[in-house]
Amino acid sequence: MNNKQIKNNEINNSSTKKYSRSHEPIFWGLFGAGGMLTAFFTPIMILITGLLIPLGIINADNLSYQKIYQFTGTWYGAAILFVLVALPLWHTLHRIFHSLHDLRIKRGRDWQQVLCYGFAFAVSVFVFTLLLQMLTL
Amino acid sequence: MSQAINMTDEIIEIEILRYRPEQDEKPFPQVFEIPYTPDLSILEALQYIKDHLDSTISFRWSCRMAICGSCGLMVNGAPKLGCKAFLRDYYPKKVKLEALANFPIERDLVVVMDDFIKKLEEVKAYLIPEVKNKPLSDGPYQQTPEQLEKYRQFSMCINCGLCYSACPQYALDNKFIGPAALTLLARYNRDGRDAGTAERMKIVNQEEGVWGCTFVGYCSVVCPKGVDPAAAIQLLKVESSKDYLIGMFKPE
Repeated sequence: MNNKQIKNNEINNSSTKKYSRSHEPIFWGLFGAGGMLTAFFTPIMILITGLLIPLGIINADNLSYQKIYQFTGTWYGAAILFVLVALPLWHTLHRIFHSLHDLRIKRGRDWQQVLCYGFAFAVSVFVFTLLLQMLTL
Repeated sequence: MSQAINMTDEIIEIEILRYRPEQDEKPFPQVFEIPYTPDLSILEALQYIKDHLDSTISFRWSCRMAICGSCGLMVNGAPKLGCKAFLRDYYPKKVKLEALANFPIERDLVVVMDDFIKKLEEVKAYLIPEVKNKPLSDGPYQQTPEQLEKYRQFSMCINCGLCYSACPQYALDNKFIGPAALTLLARYNRDGRDAGTAERMKIVNQEEGVWGCTFVGYCSVVCPKGVDPAAAIQLLKVESSKDYLIGMFKPE
């Protein structure tokens, strides 16, 4: 390799540099969706369960065990509950995973990832199977 | 006349973190007392100290009007431009000046910005046209006001480095490309005359690209030019996610 080639290589160094793609978009997507749901639904849930029902504006029987159980048994009820449980869970564990980095806990970053997202995945699967069993077809 | 009385009457304390590598083992604070006037900027206060009290003090400056980006420093722990921060906002309390955080100190208030410059160079912050070697006789590239508006805000960066000082993720791991460089990258990706998006997305898609950001947003708070680097990075995250989805179905 002559000097000119070496120089050219140096100049092109940035374009020949190996870039590795992060898989963060998957987790960021779930994080964003979960955060959005939480932000929208938490105030509504507080309004319903904390104000409207105690004030008697909404009849408490609408949220009775039997009613919710029936709702869970329908396919759309199961779908709504699954999304409402799973997405905020992925959101939470993604935030915990990144908070560990912010707290400078550098040891076992791989294991932190496996534990955080593994937990979110396991609980999602658990809730999914549970709801599937409760379906009254 | 009243100003002359002010000059002698009111005094403000300026504490400067000194560091002269040839004689100091580590940085130490030194307090100066200067006459206070409400229209005095931090930069002018430093110039007063250098002219009248201690000529050995080192700091960078050039334009005095928030366009060159040279006089960035920490004022009471917050990154500011010396020329754009005024003593009246701190008086009568003491003002503490330190070199920009997250950069190595070269001398007194002067930092080594090499890492930041390297990152600016890495992001291909120049137009990469679709047609190479377009003859000059073909005339200039035309652009509509709407096309200009898509990137104009992100092109206002003056490379002062305040956002790097503000960024907790850059502080934790300086492999992160960081706010200003990613914003500049977004500026070129959003330019209608540019065709280099595919090349730049490789930089964006990395862990140390946009995914090193956790959207703290302090970069946008401290930016003296209203560039909003946090927004640029969030927009790039959306682009990177789209790129990821496309990449799943179209392996290289």
